[in-house]
Amino acid sequence: MSDQSGNAIDNKSKRYDRQIRIWGAEGQQRLEHARIALLNCSPTGSETLKNLVLGGIASFTIVDGNKVRPRDLGNNFLVDAARLGHSRAQVVTDLLKEMNDSVSGSYVEDTPEELLQNNPSFLEGFDLVIATQMPEQQLLQLDELCRAKGVKLLVVRSYGLMGYMRASLPEHVVIESKPDSQVDDLRLTCPWPALLEYAYSFDLAAVDKHVHMHIPYVVLLLLALREWRASLGPDTAPDRLPGNAAERGAFKQVLQGMRRYQGEDGLPLEEENFDEALKSAFHAWTRPSTPSEVRAILEDPKAQNLEPSTPDFWLLVAALRKFVASEGGGRLPLDGNIPDMHATTDLYLQLQRLYRQQADADVAAVEGHLAALLGALGSPGRAIASSDVRHFCRNARNIRVVRYRTLAEECSSDAAAARGTSLAAALAEEGSAANANLYLLLRACDRFAATHGRYPGVHDSTVEDDVPLLKQAAQQLLGELGASSGQVQDDYVAEMCRLGAAELHVVASVMGGMAAQEAIKLITQQFVPFSGSLIYNAMASTTSIFAL
Amino acid sequence: MEDTTPIDSSERWIDIDKLLTRNGNLVGPGFEPGPELREFLQQDCKVLCIGAGGLGCEILKDMALSGFVNIDVIDMDTIDISNLNRQFLFRLQDVGKPKAVVAAERINARVPGANVTAHFGRIEDMPLQFYQEFTVIVLGLDSLEARRYMNSIACSLLEFDEEGNPDMSTIKPLVDGGTEGFKGHARVILPGVTPCFECTLWLFPPQTKFPLCTLAETPRTPAHCIEYAHLILWSQQRSHEEFDTDDEEHMQWVYSNALARAKQYGIEGVTFQLTQGVVKNIIPAIASTNAIVSAACVLEALKLITMCSTGLNNYMMYTGSQGIYTHTVAYERDPQCPVCSAGVEVVAPADSTLQQVIDLMLAHPQLGKMLAHPSVSYGSKQLYARGIYEEDSRPNLAKPVRELLEGDEPAALLTVNDKKLSASLRVRLRLKEPQQ
Repeated sequence: MSDQSGNAIDNKSKRYDRQIRIWGAEGQQRLEHARIALLNCSPTGSETLKNLVLGGIASFTIVDGNKVRPRDLGNNFLVDAARLGHSRAQVVTDLLKEMNDSVSGSYVEDTPEELLQNNPSFLEGFDLVIATQMPEQQLLQLDELCRAKGVKLLVVRSYGLMGYMRASLPEHVVIESKPDSQVDDLRLTCPWPALLEYAYSFDLAAVDKHVHMHIPYVVLLLLALREWRASLGPDTAPDRLPGNAAERGAFKQVLQGMRRYQGEDGLPLEEENFDEALKSAFHAWTRPSTPSEVRAILEDPKAQNLEPSTPDFWLLVAALRKFVASEGGGRLPLDGNIPDMHATTDLYLQLQRLYRQQADADVAAVEGHLAALLGALGSPGRAIASSDVRHFCRNARNIRVVRYRTLAEECSSDAAAARGTSLAAALAEEGSAANANLYLLLRACDRFAATHGRYPGVHDSTVEDDVPLLKQAAQQLLGELGASSGQVQDDYVAEMCRLGAAELHVVASVMGGMAAQEAIKLITQQFVPFSGSLIYNAMASTTSIFAL
Repeated sequence: MEDTTPIDSSERWIDIDKLLTRNGNLVGPGFEPGPELREFLQQDCKVLCIGAGGLGCEILKDMALSGFVNIDVIDMDTIDISNLNRQFLFRLQDVGKPKAVVAAERINARVPGANVTAHFGRIEDMPLQFYQEFTVIVLGLDSLEARRYMNSIACSLLEFDEEGNPDMSTIKPLVDGGTEGFKGHARVILPGVTPCFECTLWLFPPQTKFPLCTLAETPRTPAHCIEYAHLILWSQQRSHEEFDTDDEEHMQWVYSNALARAKQYGIEGVTFQLTQGVVKNIIPAIASTNAIVSAACVLEALKLITMCSTGLNNYMMYTGSQGIYTHTVAYERDPQCPVCSAGVEVVAPADSTLQQVIDLMLAHPQLGKMLAHPSVSYGSKQLYARGIYEEDSRPNLAKPVRELLEGDEPAALLTVNDKKLSASLRVRLRLKEPQQ
């Protein structure tokens, strides 16, 4: 394929360039080590895997016992007409490998149920199992197996004009959650000595025009705070902040008063740095806050009951906790980044250096706590790289932990569980009713299938007659879940029968996209995976996530 | 023959047939289930896919596997290696070939019976009649300008009755998809009914550019150094050459000069990857988001044509980086939209000359931005034309406009054309009698 190894590397980085810009080289590395098992390769599974193969996973294995049939030609892109009658798993494997020859692929011509019955240890070799188009009863067994073997599970289904997705693993930790936007960590309400010293080194009255209009707004806001406090009287606390609308208005007036409107030459001055300072004035009175998710992580028992087997993440959390309680003064480590702001190059770089130095000092403090904790743990030789500690501290605001209930917990017939009340409420509330109906009805369809040996409405002849039967199954399910007060809507019951468990390519494609995206998050450990049961409503083009 | 029977067997379309042949309650208005629907999709219906890139490849696949047969695709680009992480119809050996051509070939080869026709060219080069043939147009574009163009094309096909209501038979539906990293949107545009692209232009904030004085005098970030080399240094040192983002040597030149500048100012962080990103305005892209948005769009196209289910009304936004979240909003039309409304109103004193009316248009807050040297027609009558008929129509400028219009209608529907516009605009002229 490629002549020299240099060329191959070059081609690979070019091929993946657009996605490396999202999850970086490290994320791409993790992806390129991922081994995926796909159960069933009808369109839902094929499309999911296609998106992952394009992304460059290490390998996949498809488990599917079917042969390619005419129906596959109508809804599956990963089969070809020339191989009707061949093993569908084999055909999909071959056509996927064509899309990316760095990816290894293999297949097992077996139904997933058979394979898991005869060879449950099959799952052990995989980082992630993607189970598609499997009914609840089989999924419960699969989930138990995956949990026992420490393998992550992603469940995906397309059913008529709806889709369902659910991840199942004990816990997923994220350091780089990469939120879409974040407030800059400027700490103007609690500046450290070096920052204050730097700000106060500016004598606004004495500097020339060029400097005056290029002083970074961080400095301007700190100077304005000093002046505002002075205006309140000599006994004003040095950390007093503008506390209400009137005080904030007065503070802004002080800031405006520091402007120069004319240069030495008498011509008007446009002081953009002051404009920026006004826009960012809220930094002068908004204290840095620890996100609730991070507070919950800091309080988590796993960060307190440390053991030799405790993973690095929780050790870092424990060290972070110690930092917050001591050097941090209740706050997380400084992240060290400043946004671009109107300033001369030198003034900006000086400011940037100050922030980085303080961030580094915070990292060193966290490292000190970590060393103490490791020492107390009695694990000689165990260490966490400095770069990892720095990475963790930089992202302290962004750390996230996601936990998942087992499928058994979600599906168990525990009439007393709070789940029943939430489901009943979701069915009643206008905004969530449609998708709550779909959630319930999908499960009812599985019940129906277990009873009648087929899905409702699969054949034209039974579409109408299946409606009351499906409704009955749904109502029974509601009772078992302790949600008898919940109502299932006739229109949705009828629609589920009408669609007769069809697997439409477009719905499978939407689900395949979402599933691949979630798989990538679980593999790269970046961004935040969804948790709960996701319902995709292709009629209204909406999604809902139910925590049940 | 044995081979063709299974392919053409009704079993092949069993999934889509459930949707199209069975009656239901949660369906579109006027839904008539039956085999005729799939027949229509496969025989008489023509659909157009704009773009054969990240969205386009997915859209074509989704169309072919939703019962569409006669599919056209248009794209002016050729295949690049960096496309291969998501534009799954292309392989390494296809690099350099036209996207539309290869995409059509691959779909036709894989999906028996698919009839995809490729157009390797610009959307601006196709005549209006080309677009008129299609039942629905699905957009898989990556630029605002291209979307505005297609929007104006579709809206220019819209006709209004005397009361200013849209003539439903002239509605050309568009389904527009867009993605950026983990984010995306799918929207349905029914000119005259839903907001058009222009009605909701405020959804797309303007791209911020670095001030030149920052680039020239006070660089602070790696991007400043890069844009300095790209925009300032290039025009100083290589002004005779047009900068080409696809030229490796040009990019390397910018990179090394950006590095030098960064070193001079003590700024860290200039890399070749960043240089490419800044200069080419690269938008990160992954297969998964494209798959989601494209399929949502094709599903809406299917619903629009067959009414087999309720439709998206009218804008779905998707974001997948922090969990999964969608937000579906029914945006409203701007009744004064210059592109899709029955006409932007311009009020003029009753004794105005045509020139005075034109001046009012140029001074109009909305219209003025879109016009420079307008031509004006009233029905089939050219009132004032730029170009070769300018001299002949010039005398009309001095005439009272009332003389040039017919009848005593309170509002006259004028059609305005201009080089700046991609399609004509409608203006509703109201003549006001002076108050005594």
